Amino acid sequence: MTFRERLQAWRYNLIPDHMIGEILTKRWTDNAIPFLALVITVATFGSVIPGFFQLYSLQESTRQLGEFSLVVIGLTVVMLGGGIDLAVGSIFALSAFAAVSTFFIFDQPVWLAFAASMATGLAFGAVNGYLIGFLRLRAFITTLVTFIIGRALYDILVVAFGSKVQLSFAQSDTWDYIGDGTFLGISIPVWAAIVLALVTHVALTRSRPGWHVLAVGGSRRSAHNAGIQVRLTVFLTYVFSGVCSAGAGFLIATRLSGAGPGTGHGLEILALTAAVVGGNSLGGGRGSVVKGLMGAIIVLVMTNGLIRLGYGTGTNQMVLGILLAVAVTIDIRWLKNRHKVLNEVYVAPVYLRMGEAQSAVPGSGTPYELTNRLSEAEPIGLGELEGPEDVILDRDDNLYCGTRHGEIVRFFAPDYTRSEVFAHIGGFPLGLAFDRNGNLLSCVGAMGLYSISPDRVVTKLSAETHRSYTSIVDDARLRDPNDLDIAPDGKVYFTDSTKRYDAHDWALDSIENRATGRLLVYDPKDGSTRTLLDGYRYTNGVCMAHDNKSLFFSESWACRIHRYWLEGPKAGTAECVIRDMPGYTDNINRASDGTYWMAWLGMRTPSFDLSLRHPGMRKRMTRRLPQDEWLFPNINTGGVVKFNDDGEIVRTYGDLSGLAHPMVTSMREHKGYLYIGGILNNRVGRYRIDGADPTWTANDAYWGKRS
Amino acid sequence: MNGSRAFLRNLNQERIVFIVAVLIFGAAVIGLPGFLTAANLISIVRSIAVLGILALGMSVVIIGRGIDLSMVAVMAMSVAWYLQLLGDGMPDHMALALVLGGVLVIGFINGFLVAYAEVPAIFVTLASGAFVFGYVRSQLIPSDAVAVPSGHWVELLGGVRYLGIPIEVFLFLALAGAMFVFLRFTKWGRYVYYAGDNPVAARNMGIPVRPMLVLRYVLAAVTAFLAGLLTAASLHSINTRVVNSTLLYDIVLVAVIGGIGLSGGKGGVRNVLVGAALIGIMLNAMTIIDISLLYQNLIKSTILLFAIIVDGLLNPRDEQTAQQGDI
Repeated sequence: MTFRERLQAWRYNLIPDHMIGEILTKRWTDNAIPFLALVITVATFGSVIPGFFQLYSLQESTRQLGEFSLVVIGLTVVMLGGGIDLAVGSIFALSAFAAVSTFFIFDQPVWLAFAASMATGLAFGAVNGYLIGFLRLRAFITTLVTFIIGRALYDILVVAFGSKVQLSFAQSDTWDYIGDGTFLGISIPVWAAIVLALVTHVALTRSRPGWHVLAVGGSRRSAHNAGIQVRLTVFLTYVFSGVCSAGAGFLIATRLSGAGPGTGHGLEILALTAAVVGGNSLGGGRGSVVKGLMGAIIVLVMTNGLIRLGYGTGTNQMVLGILLAVAVTIDIRWLKNRHKVLNEVYVAPVYLRMGEAQSAVPGSGTPYELTNRLSEAEPIGLGELEGPEDVILDRDDNLYCGTRHGEIVRFFAPDYTRSEVFAHIGGFPLGLAFDRNGNLLSCVGAMGLYSISPDRVVTKLSAETHRSYTSIVDDARLRDPNDLDIAPDGKVYFTDSTKRYDAHDWALDSIENRATGRLLVYDPKDGSTRTLLDGYRYTNGVCMAHDNKSLFFSESWACRIHRYWLEGPKAGTAECVIRDMPGYTDNINRASDGTYWMAWLGMRTPSFDLSLRHPGMRKRMTRRLPQDEWLFPNINTGGVVKFNDDGEIVRTYGDLSGLAHPMVTSMREHKGYLYIGGILNNRVGRYRIDGADPTWTANDAYWGKRS
Repeated sequence: MNGSRAFLRNLNQERIVFIVAVLIFGAAVIGLPGFLTAANLISIVRSIAVLGILALGMSVVIIGRGIDLSMVAVMAMSVAWYLQLLGDGMPDHMALALVLGGVLVIGFINGFLVAYAEVPAIFVTLASGAFVFGYVRSQLIPSDAVAVPSGHWVELLGGVRYLGIPIEVFLFLALAGAMFVFLRFTKWGRYVYYAGDNPVAARNMGIPVRPMLVLRYVLAAVTAFLAGLLTAASLHSINTRVVNSTLLYDIVLVAVIGGIGLSGGKGGVRNVLVGAALIGIMLNAMTIIDISLLYQNLIKSTILLFAIIVDGLLNPRDEQTAQQGDI
């Protein structure tokens, strides 16, 4: 190994590049940027402003934060529903005035003042909601105008009645307690914000109305088609926002015991900036209460901090303007490009040096020497089938195979010209096996392990295993269950080829070549699934050995076959039986003469082997070239290999014409014939094997003669 | 009978507004003493000249399916900065070049963020308006109001009369004429309509939609600067508090009430003229009746709300061409 290759191996095999892509698939990455901004803001202003973290100072500054958070939570809900509410400032001011006038001018009790506030917010919110929800006006311009109307109304009221408030002698301990008191050391507005945040969060994430809001924000039309009352939902978000702002208005009324011309001034841009800086998406559907709260803290700490540091008029607007523009731009660009970035960085190839293989060229004289036998196979279902990855025959000689449409198709014996859809599962049915009772078990790509009873009832057996401790994405889910076999005790041994890609993206896994394939076992007694082995390069075919003491499984991208011991001194361990084959290994099945059939899905090429030693080149390739120009493993020529228990190659079959069976993913021996499937093929092949036992069937070999 | 039916069928928003304007004008002539005097009429056209110029700039943006909420900030702050530079003793041409450069940059940034970063116009311009006001007020000028240096051409401009009519009225008419020719008779003007009506289709046709978006915001910013100069000319100073007033909504009001749909692709210079006439007459009448400014605001904003409701009913949002985040 040259020094350059050693460096490449270290660089690409030791540095976990794939984690970047996996982290990007996480929803919580959306929160990372606002959270970082929050920490930086609080740390900066906390260290610059003396006494920032003192208890009294915090209690006082958090009063305002509590009120502001109420407003932002309301606005967040509106934004989640796909709208925007700029009228919050006016609602805030008007409801504060409603509380103040009820309490001071009309001399009414506190609860009535609170009710007046709430009624104001409710009514104002309902007007907004009606205009935007039911009349379908544009949210931004409409609430902008209702904001001006509310403001004009408020200015008139303050001029007319402001002085009466000053002259009033109304007093109440409750009023003062809400305005100045603390409960357990925390001021009332903060308690209100905490309670509202919790309730709203639970409602948004775990209740029907909350989901409706998110659905409407995510896609109006789809929500409508799903039967959600879109207009009513939109209406309710504005009512909710109005009530939230009214609550905040009531709190500031008790705190200041009055309402001046400055009350709620500029609140709308402050709240809007907070909601957007926190990471709530414009246009709806994405965001959370927590994001709103983070934004509220960032914006309030920043603006208050600037004032306390003595910066003059206009600085706040300048900072808010920058903050809003940057946050909105980042939000839009991030939403737009997230999946592009993900696509670009997700494939993270590793270094692998494949061992030298014996030649498979016809006439080379090696055991792997390809013949043209498979081209003689007679076709079954030619042109009717799409993607029979695996084939199997039952005790009545009927033939079953999966298709890419998620169906199991049955061809009737003896001539296999008539067919029917035996069962529809969905996903991509891959490996097949019959159990003792004649149930057909299938590994369904992108879904899991399924069982189909003879009367066609489909049952899910397993779709997940235990999660590993170091995983970033949830690797408990089975992404690409590939092949299975069943032990005499009923345990199902099966493979899940990769944790990184879904079943239909198996070709991407070949380019990445990361060892994430697993061997699993499903126990029908308790329905549990366990991971037996992990860290293989695309585990594929599984086959119980004839003596049932071990099983064989193939590792496709490494071109190897392994034996996993079920009993005996080496029980629970795996050893490599055949290494460095010239083709990519696929399904393995029993042969009548005590040996095993194994499919090659394609043959190795020197060019792709070389590219495996240049992970940097493959990485650049995936980023810069369109996918149809990538270098993939060759799947234009495959074959069938027969090997014995000692791992010696007995025979090799191929289709040199490339017309009938270029890519072979499975083969099954039944009564002297070999039935051949291919995941990209349009037929099942039937090939007569010279000298094979014409009575042997796999069902008898596994489960004994029919009783 | 036939004629009246045809009349009703042709009754679009522009005509309704025009009729309403004529009616209000008639009512004011009859009901308000001192309304139909030369001095009052001149003060009406003078008051709507600046508003009309701003509305012209806004209209081009709105027709192209956008909105510019930073216009008032640009108008006040650019002129304030210009006058401040003059007051600090900078040569006139340098100050003018500097400020004009700043105005162009703001317009360009607005347009760039809308066109290329695909951020909704309403957020971009809200943010840039706040930034422009905040930056100029906190960094460049020491007080809210800046006076025009005595003897400067801006001051002289305010005194120019032709046939007893202030110069800004002619400027407004000239600009309106230029805008009319641009929108109606030039290729690029027609493109504004296409892009506003259906941006995706316009782009597929090969129209340079994005560069033209930038151009419109730059145009709006320059118009705002011009309007600011005229304001300073007539008042001999500029007060930056105008940014916090309702002037911005008056501009939108003129455009929307004249019949320029907020969903883009509709309207023209005539709508601006009609809208400006109605608003000018109304404001003047309200002032003569002696309605206080606070109530005027309430009345104007309520009218704007109704205008938007009518606009929303006449030009419902096109769900096919509405963009994500187009709120």
